[in-house]
Amino acid sequence: MLEFILFSCINSIIYGLLLFMLSSGLTLIFGLMNVLNFAHASFFMLGAYFAFQISTYIGFWPALFLAPMFVGLVGIFIERYGLRSVHKHGHVAELLFTFGVFYLIDEVVVLIWGRNPVAYKVPEGLDFTLLTIMNTNFSAYRAFMILISLGMFAVLFFVITRTRIGLIIQASLTNPDMVGALGHNVPSVFMYVFGGGAALAGLAGVIGGNYLITEPAMAQNLGPIVFVVVVVGGMGSLTGAFVASLLIATLQTFAVGFEVSISDLLAVWGIYPGEIGSFFEDILRIQISHTRGMLPYLFMILMLIFKPKGLMGTREE
Amino acid sequence: MLEVSDLNAYYGRSHILQGVNLKVRQGEIVSLLGRNGVGRSTTCKAIMGLVHPYGSIRFKNQEIAGLKPHAIARLGIGYVPENREIFPRLTVLQNLELGQKEKRQTGPWTIDEVFKLFPRLGERTHVLGGFISGGEQQMLTMCRTLLGNPDFIMIDEPTEGLAPRMVEQVSRLIQQIAESGISVLLVEQKLTIAIAISHRLYVMGHGRIVFQGTTAEFEAHESVRKEWLEI
Repeated sequence: MLEFILFSCINSIIYGLLLFMLSSGLTLIFGLMNVLNFAHASFFMLGAYFAFQISTYIGFWPALFLAPMFVGLVGIFIERYGLRSVHKHGHVAELLFTFGVFYLIDEVVVLIWGRNPVAYKVPEGLDFTLLTIMNTNFSAYRAFMILISLGMFAVLFFVITRTRIGLIIQASLTNPDMVGALGHNVPSVFMYVFGGGAALAGLAGVIGGNYLITEPAMAQNLGPIVFVVVVVGGMGSLTGAFVASLLIATLQTFAVGFEVSISDLLAVWGIYPGEIGSFFEDILRIQISHTRGMLPYLFMILMLIFKPKGLMGTREE
Repeated sequence: MLEVSDLNAYYGRSHILQGVNLKVRQGEIVSLLGRNGVGRSTTCKAIMGLVHPYGSIRFKNQEIAGLKPHAIARLGIGYVPENREIFPRLTVLQNLELGQKEKRQTGPWTIDEVFKLFPRLGERTHVLGGFISGGEQQMLTMCRTLLGNPDFIMIDEPTEGLAPRMVEQVSRLIQQIAESGISVLLVEQKLTIAIAISHRLYVMGHGRIVFQGTTAEFEAHESVRKEWLEI
């Protein structure tokens, strides 16, 4: 039991930090531009594929820097030559635009790398067991993932709270018009935040792609969860996204380990439904671990009903 | 300095500005008067590029209609919006820093200068903008814009909701601004202040300029006041 809790905690942290790397960019983009970027998880996927391709030529370590950079450039290009022109036609057009970009990237990836997973592997230098706690191995790569994530969090925090560009971003989160009227080039701030957000998602792809599986479905698998994180955390709030990432990750990780069914839970409360037909009995036999997939969405729906601003929403309408 | 001719602006389908003409010369304080909803604030926003302008806006002999707000600000136009629009979650100091267009400031207005003028702000540098009084917020917005070292400044309803003592302080600051060589376009509800500090006045009604003249001429035309300003 102790082992289960310990490793679930470690897995929650790794998964949570990965989610934060994706959601930090998304929440900033949403807070600034009011655009829910459907294609955000595509940047995650691009990061993984770019890293795979680059590492076949020059190895993993250069890819760790180059892949996020290229993804960031793709993001800047999309903002500058796509999103910015669509902007004047309103938010629905923007949403549809990012929707289109999502499928476009999806198809391009299939076209270039095919439908099957690619052999993007953990670098040899990190492919060993760092330590064994009780009976479970803890790989060096996982420690590396935690390190990179925390490093990225520290850099992001520093940029947002301690630099001039961070100050302009913070102010633009509440009132971009006024920031523009004070002489700051808000459209270019948007562009760099979009690019930076894409690069962060790309970095998540680089370190997550070999930990998970690098395949065309990876954007679709992770995309919705990232939305959940942003909504739960409060759109535009970095701290909110951080808390929500860890929360959702913990929720999902721990749910896997609970081999308890609904009727078991009811029994705890002293409720025994008795003979109610086999269909309903089957439903009551569903285990908590099987609800893993739906828990985040349930959480998001409840959040939207009871606290629509999210845990730490900043937007003032 | 500023010359606006045949300026039109729309909110959706409503035609808010219907051919506004006005001029502000170097070092002048010009007031824009009128009842609520006649388009005074929209005039400022259109000049600033925050509302799309149709027509001609010339600033220092350059056409600026159609430019982005940040480009207009960088040409030397400052804007103090109504409702103050400070950044409530940032500190007083951060609010002021945002007024500076570059990290290295050039021009006469500096943060130290502002604190000398308003020691109250200097005492509260690390208080969040949302937690200072309305009068302090008004000072903060005006100082924030001054730190951009504009040549021309538009100030929208600066005395609204302020205590009499603050009102006096605000009007004194506006005069100081003009004396330092910055031209001022003032949107003001309180006639006494407008008359006391302005060189010239414009009166707006239904999206147009319905009267223009010096303060003396304005006071000679009792009918203008009756028809367009009194409620």
